[in-house]
Amino acid sequence: MKLTFSIQGSDFTHAGYPSSEVKKVLKQLDIDGKTIKKIVIALYEAEVNVVAHAWKGTATIEIEENKISMLLEDEGPGIPDIDLAMQAGYSTASKEVRDMGFGAGMGLPNMKKNSDELIIESEVGKGTKVKMVNYF
Amino acid sequence: MSGSPIYHALNVTKCIGCTHCMKSCPTEAIRLVNGLAVIDYDRCVYCGQCHRVCPTNAFYVVQDDLAMIHSFKYRVILFPSIMIGQFPEKYSEDQIYDGLKKVGFTHIYEVEQPLQVLIDSINEVLKDPDTPKPAISVYCPAIVRIIQARYPDLTENIILRKAPHNLAAHFAIQRLMKEGARREEIGLFYATPCIAKIAAVKSPVGEAESIVDGVVNMNHLYNKVMKVISDSEVPDYSDQRQNLSREGITWSLTRGESCHFGSRGIAIDGIHNAVRFLERVENDQAQGIDFIEMRACDQGCASGILLSGNRFMTVERLERRAKRYPSAKDIRPEVIKLNTSDLKEKLVLEPIMPKPHFIFGKERVKAMEKMTRAQRIVCFLPGIDCGACGAPNCHALAEDMVNNKAKMSDCVFLQQQWESEGRISPNKAFLNVQKKWGTDRFKADCNKRGRRNEGF
Repeated sequence: MKLTFSIQGSDFTHAGYPSSEVKKVLKQLDIDGKTIKKIVIALYEAEVNVVAHAWKGTATIEIEENKISMLLEDEGPGIPDIDLAMQAGYSTASKEVRDMGFGAGMGLPNMKKNSDELIIESEVGKGTKVKMVNYF
Repeated sequence: MSGSPIYHALNVTKCIGCTHCMKSCPTEAIRLVNGLAVIDYDRCVYCGQCHRVCPTNAFYVVQDDLAMIHSFKYRVILFPSIMIGQFPEKYSEDQIYDGLKKVGFTHIYEVEQPLQVLIDSINEVLKDPDTPKPAISVYCPAIVRIIQARYPDLTENIILRKAPHNLAAHFAIQRLMKEGARREEIGLFYATPCIAKIAAVKSPVGEAESIVDGVVNMNHLYNKVMKVISDSEVPDYSDQRQNLSREGITWSLTRGESCHFGSRGIAIDGIHNAVRFLERVENDQAQGIDFIEMRACDQGCASGILLSGNRFMTVERLERRAKRYPSAKDIRPEVIKLNTSDLKEKLVLEPIMPKPHFIFGKERVKAMEKMTRAQRIVCFLPGIDCGACGAPNCHALAEDMVNNKAKMSDCVFLQQQWESEGRISPNKAFLNVQKKWGTDRFKADCNKRGRRNEGF
């Protein structure tokens, strides 16, 4: 089954809606709680990245019998050096974003830690595509 | 319909099918069938929300007959301190105690004693590094059940220490047996402010059977006592309250527990607030909080559905009363001849198991198909959540449909549309609604009033 959500840049108030909706679906499907938790954390971090850095984006979630695929596509500044961005603590978040308690540089590392597969494609000045897969 | 035990039910002659209960139920356990509310007891967590919103008092509580107390030589009434708050101010604590004796009880124990034993025991759990944080109090049985059903992973966070009525029950046994009573001669009766506690006694979670022999509806007991209560001088019963502490008196109120525990404790009251907060906890969005007190009723037990007093007045009276009592720390076990270790041992609960009720079936592929279908159906429903279909909202109706419990034609808006498109005759449409709501629904009846908003 497929779920799609649009994400608005800089709208921190509503960050977390897609991940909590996905959580409800996974719970109704009787997926193991620890697996759900990892998925929710990974997806939440990805959403916050879009909100904090991009102008707008979408989250497309596809749930199959044994896996969930999460695709987040955004229109935004892109990531110039993905390897550097993957390092824990590295952050380009603005002061405003950090003041709100986000942008600690743990987003990508947390996504890596909590997903089974993570692919990031990015074009500077255009946007970023993040694909995560978790197996049940 | 279900194997779950029943502790509250609906008086069908009183129910007017107004949908209020259905819409406010936190687990969507109520549907309207033939114009009357029907509870799915498998989903019910006994929070009592339906009782609270019912404009006709159609719900009633299944309870024990007070006459049963007379089969015991020692008849102990265990009641939470909020009961004192129910009585008009002019009655003293002694007069209320005297009233309880006249009703037939031989020994009176307010349940929140000796509280320090419970406080210490809970602190031991919190200090244990293996206790998942935030730790959640077991106090409110409706909260425990909603966690089991809707937040199964959080069952691990529940503190496995029994509620105060167990504390007082074991304490009473300890004392009476010291006085020479035999265990089988002691009958323990718990005056409950809510159905959640009835369920907790009758089918307990985390223990094989409850220590309590019977439950008494607090409203019922209040009425009995009011009939015999004395306006004049009564004997001094203050010796029966010497183990009661100020912490104990306010324990059942909001923040009554949370102010004692954790470096960052939080108190949530009201079932809908609790659900929203549990959602946060499940998402790891309550970081830093190490203790959660959570009760289904706002103002804690002071607004239990089996109470008659105003909850704010009750809170005020108890806060005032608390000031006259010593701190729990100052009640020494050796002075009250308490066997602390024995009592502590009896307070430990077995692990509480998850009981997820809201899954779409065990077969994942089938469940996914059903969910996809339900999502598709929602797109065709009006999204007004009017309840005229007999389900609490459009989404619930869609889920009922894929579970073969409802039909498209249950939606009155779709019916209207079909009628205008000539796909269904007006007569057939009317029959459909009549089938759902019963023929009486369309007769003039002045008793059939719903509920207006406060102030009207």
